[in-house]
Amino acid sequence: MAALSKAQIGPILAKQGILIAFAVFMIAFTIASPKFLSVDNVFSVVRSSAILGVMALGVTFVVISGNLDLSVGSMMSFSTIVVLDLHDKIGPFLAIPAMFAMTLALGAIIGFLVGYLRLNSLIVTLGMLSAIHGLTLTYSGGQNMDIADKEGTWFSVFGQGTALGIPVPILIFAALAAFLGLVLGKTAFGRKIYAVGGNDTAATFSGVRRARTVFNCYLISAACVATAGLIQASRSLGSQNTVGQGLELEVLAAVILGGASLLGGSGTIFKTVIGVLILGFIQNGLLLLGLQFYVQFVVTWVIIILAVWLDIAAKRGKLWSPIA
Amino acid sequence: MQPGALAKALKSGAIWGFILLELIFFSVAGEFLSLSDKAFMDWENMLLLLKQSAPIGIIAMGMTIVMVNGNIDLSVGATFAIAAIVLLDSMTWPIFAGLGDWVIPVAWLLALMAGALLGALNGLIVWKTGVDAFIVTLGSMLGYRGIVFMFNGENPTSHLNWTLVDFAEAQFLGLHTATWFLLGVTFAIWFLMTRTVHGRNAYAIGDNREAAVNAGIRVGPHMMVNFAIIGFLAALSAVVFYSESGSVNPNDGQLYELWVITAVVLGGTKITGGAGNVIGTFGGVVAIQLLRKGLGHIGADTSTVNLVIGLILIAVLFLDKQLNVKGKEELKI
Repeated sequence: MAALSKAQIGPILAKQGILIAFAVFMIAFTIASPKFLSVDNVFSVVRSSAILGVMALGVTFVVISGNLDLSVGSMMSFSTIVVLDLHDKIGPFLAIPAMFAMTLALGAIIGFLVGYLRLNSLIVTLGMLSAIHGLTLTYSGGQNMDIADKEGTWFSVFGQGTALGIPVPILIFAALAAFLGLVLGKTAFGRKIYAVGGNDTAATFSGVRRARTVFNCYLISAACVATAGLIQASRSLGSQNTVGQGLELEVLAAVILGGASLLGGSGTIFKTVIGVLILGFIQNGLLLLGLQFYVQFVVTWVIIILAVWLDIAAKRGKLWSPIA
Repeated sequence: MQPGALAKALKSGAIWGFILLELIFFSVAGEFLSLSDKAFMDWENMLLLLKQSAPIGIIAMGMTIVMVNGNIDLSVGATFAIAAIVLLDSMTWPIFAGLGDWVIPVAWLLALMAGALLGALNGLIVWKTGVDAFIVTLGSMLGYRGIVFMFNGENPTSHLNWTLVDFAEAQFLGLHTATWFLLGVTFAIWFLMTRTVHGRNAYAIGDNREAAVNAGIRVGPHMMVNFAIIGFLAALSAVVFYSESGSVNPNDGQLYELWVITAVVLGGTKITGGAGNVIGTFGGVVAIQLLRKGLGHIGADTSTVNLVIGLILIAVLFLDKQLNVKGKEELKI
């Protein structure tokens, strides 16, 4: 009897474990702190998670295709600095498309190296992390970038504005998540990404162009990074060169927490959004409980490992690894 | 010539050729561009270069064996910071007050033990849960950094012990203390990887884990030992460095993992495991440090260093791929 119920629980846990964990967390924090589920607090959590979240959406595509992207942090610094600089030089109307074009060009370079030349994505994006950081410093001359007239620009709308009572960063995050969720889940292109990530030899034999698919994933990732840079720039209207430093690993943590496998072929946009929200709400919940910010580092550590461990334990049907 | 022999020779010699190229380039370019009168190949300058290579280099030796295993460790930067705090903080603990300068070996031992334990914890989790090392150490990179902040919040931890500073600044046979540690660790890991059963197993596991399991190698404990080694070496690196500087910020060691991995990959270790050696890694460490110093020598700023190192890393990966593909037939240049 016990074995039967275990066999039934296993697949449910494996599929919905992250949602269950999310629900448990929300209930626990709500009981512990009454302010936790107030509209103001929820908005403030989602708004501050939006930048990380937008980047995580793009990285989800890359991870499902069986690759990694460690360059998103320094690429985000780059787009933030570029758009702030161009804002004063050519005006926001031109600055935003120019910044998108430059960030997409970087994404295209990575896509070319990983997709067409088949180089290891971990090393390529590690190299690009360093190279783009250098590029940003060269561009800015090592200086912080600030908009001269902070009061008189409509540019702040992306980071600070509200529409229909909802903060704009949340709207951007939600719209982008819905759109990319459709692209990944409902289009032929989306299915090709799963095919390439699951088994790229089989995908190639069934007529999927691996190189082009991977290339497009990196373009999507770069577009998301540019959007995140736009929100960041618009929110602060001034920035350091290192604003995105270290974000690549936090983004990856959110994607993994959402259940995407680093081997590729699995993961969804919806689960990534849950992963991002879990990270955001944990951070906020621990702060509301009066704990120091660094406690969330330790808690995140435990949660990431538990989440991935339980996921693979359910898949293999055994808690402990079979490694001798 | 055997098919592939040329490709193989090119690959193992490439890093040293690159170092030679750097030396020539910076010496010549320095004549025209450098602001100082000193030659780049100045003896003092080269000694300093080795000393400055030590913090990254000592950790890189541990990363070599972990990567040959087919694993990776992203938490070394945080382990480095924890060990530094244990070293500096423990010297001020009241229970050691009566020890005088004997507190130094005690503090060293505590710091090294902390590093080895944190490394072993990573290894234990990789072994018992079967979660990929990339994810486990990504998590502990965050977790260990959290522990760093628990010690002293965002304040630096400082303690200067002059006996220790003298030891760290000493030069024995012309080489600095840190250089001796780098050379010693390089030799020890070289010996471990080429002259012992443990070393041979490391290659076997990285090459084909299934086959290694079938051959009766206890893969789990083996990997755990290697994680303990890299944790120990991250602590050793911290201990050598902070003996001299005497003050650690909670953010110290951040991005070290990326520098270390860059050095190891430049030195020819495969990210997928099964191939690599510490001599190549030593070359990779020196090459990076030469590049930083050289670019500084000809007046370039840090931004250029980042740019150049990133591009070189990708170029090396590209060349390596070409050599691997074509080496199977005959290299066509």
